Amino acid sequence: MDTGDTAWILASAALVLLMTPGLAFFYGGMTRSKSVLNMMMMSFAALAIVPVLWVLYGYSFAFSPGGSGLLGGFDRLGFDNVGVNTAYGTIPEFVFAGFQLMFAIITIALISGSIADRARFAGWIVFVIVWATVVYFPVAHWVFDFGDHGGWIATKLEALDFAGGTAVHINAGAAGLALALVLGRRTGWKRDPMRPHNLPFVLLGAGLLWFGWFGFNAGSAVGANGLAGLAFVNTAVATAAAIVGWIAYELIKEKKGTSLGAASGAVAGLVAITPAAGALSPFGSVILGLVAGVLCAWAVSWKWKLGIDDSLDVVGVHLVGGLVGTLLIGFLATSNPGGVSVDGLFYGGNADQLGKQVIAAAAVLAYSFVLTYVIGMIIDKTIGFRLDEESEVTGIDQVEHLESAYDYAGSTGGSPFKTGA
Amino acid sequence: MKLVTAVIKPHKWDEVREALASAGVAGMTVTEAMGYGQQKGHTEVYRGAEYDVVLVPKVRLEVVVDEMDVDMVVDTITRSAQTGKIGDGKVWVVPVESVVRVRTGEIDEAAL
Repeated sequence: MDTGDTAWILASAALVLLMTPGLAFFYGGMTRSKSVLNMMMMSFAALAIVPVLWVLYGYSFAFSPGGSGLLGGFDRLGFDNVGVNTAYGTIPEFVFAGFQLMFAIITIALISGSIADRARFAGWIVFVIVWATVVYFPVAHWVFDFGDHGGWIATKLEALDFAGGTAVHINAGAAGLALALVLGRRTGWKRDPMRPHNLPFVLLGAGLLWFGWFGFNAGSAVGANGLAGLAFVNTAVATAAAIVGWIAYELIKEKKGTSLGAASGAVAGLVAITPAAGALSPFGSVILGLVAGVLCAWAVSWKWKLGIDDSLDVVGVHLVGGLVGTLLIGFLATSNPGGVSVDGLFYGGNADQLGKQVIAAAAVLAYSFVLTYVIGMIIDKTIGFRLDEESEVTGIDQVEHLESAYDYAGSTGGSPFKTGA
Repeated sequence: MKLVTAVIKPHKWDEVREALASAGVAGMTVTEAMGYGQQKGHTEVYRGAEYDVVLVPKVRLEVVVDEMDVDMVVDTITRSAQTGKIGDGKVWVVPVESVVRVRTGEIDEAAL
């Protein structure tokens, strides 16, 4: 085992953990002030529940060596058969398991953006448990398990997905679309203004996500080495280029650049470079970022025409951004910096890799969408997933959490709106 | 006695207050208000979705004055709040039946 590799993956895991509270700010700032706590709590519910599942069976279903191409085995249940001396490549298996846990947490938290203001918290908790079990753990196995009985996308198809364009972003994006359809539109959607209540929160969240994403992508090299360095640089420059792309789109359409556009462009770029961070050159990453920024800025307008209240654009940013990154690998992959051994269409390669990328993307998209739709419908028909209209209009924070995010009444002097003891 | 109510542009509030103080008006009640008249709101854009913000922020001030001061107070507010552009606001006057000063129990003109 290598101490340098181990140290870097430990640090990366902590960076990736921070992304979920960062996401809570990114999403929370975009909601109305009466539902910011619920939005942030959906992320914190993922932080609370997924690690427990991970110990019980999640890690085993995703990574235990005794499984098949579709699902891991049972010999890591309760972290059985793992000790401090058990190695995964050059690092302790515990370190790898801790790192991968953080991916499971944020993937589920990402979905919550499509159902702002209107999902019963009990329904969300059940959803987190079921979705992690039925969708995330198997898909993580498909994409991230390179072992002897590893996942079919990683070891048989050999599609390139460096850090989770399919398993994390296409997966969460397709799930977000399905849940938005199951829960339906918010009361007053398109009629009432639903402006973001705190754009500085959104920018803070985008900053935390960007910071944490260096662990997500550079950590996915599973080593402290040149590949991690390539992924780090690609993550930095693709994100920057995507901000440029998103703002350029706004300047052409609206003549002004918005702060929400800058924050959204950053996340779109981070999403798009996630699968490609090890496969592209820094120059290719800039191209990828620009394309992702422009395309996602356009994609967030589709929901208005389709009539789907994907509230915080999980589809427009994560599904579309994930597809951009996963598919553009077929064009922009290059063996030049040495991250991969294949070349995409723009670097003299053939269309083989593009074909593999399409299959991987389509498989994860279809699996996630169908199963999420079924899970969502079952929860809604049994315990109820959609909040009643009166509670939604009152504000989900008050009704579902017995709290208000902001005490406006207490900001000066005495107030007639005091609470009783 | 009359109640003079004025809805003015927020950035003119300091001038209006100073002008009224110079004219001997000792106190008033001020609230932040929202409204619209000839001045329309503005448009905001979030991820390409346009929102028309109809209501414009205003300051609403209320002062109860003696009959003989009404014209002077209305004139002072009008002059100090004026920019000549739409959205300068309105001033209106309504009669007041009685006033009581809470601290002393004085009534009407003595309470002003």
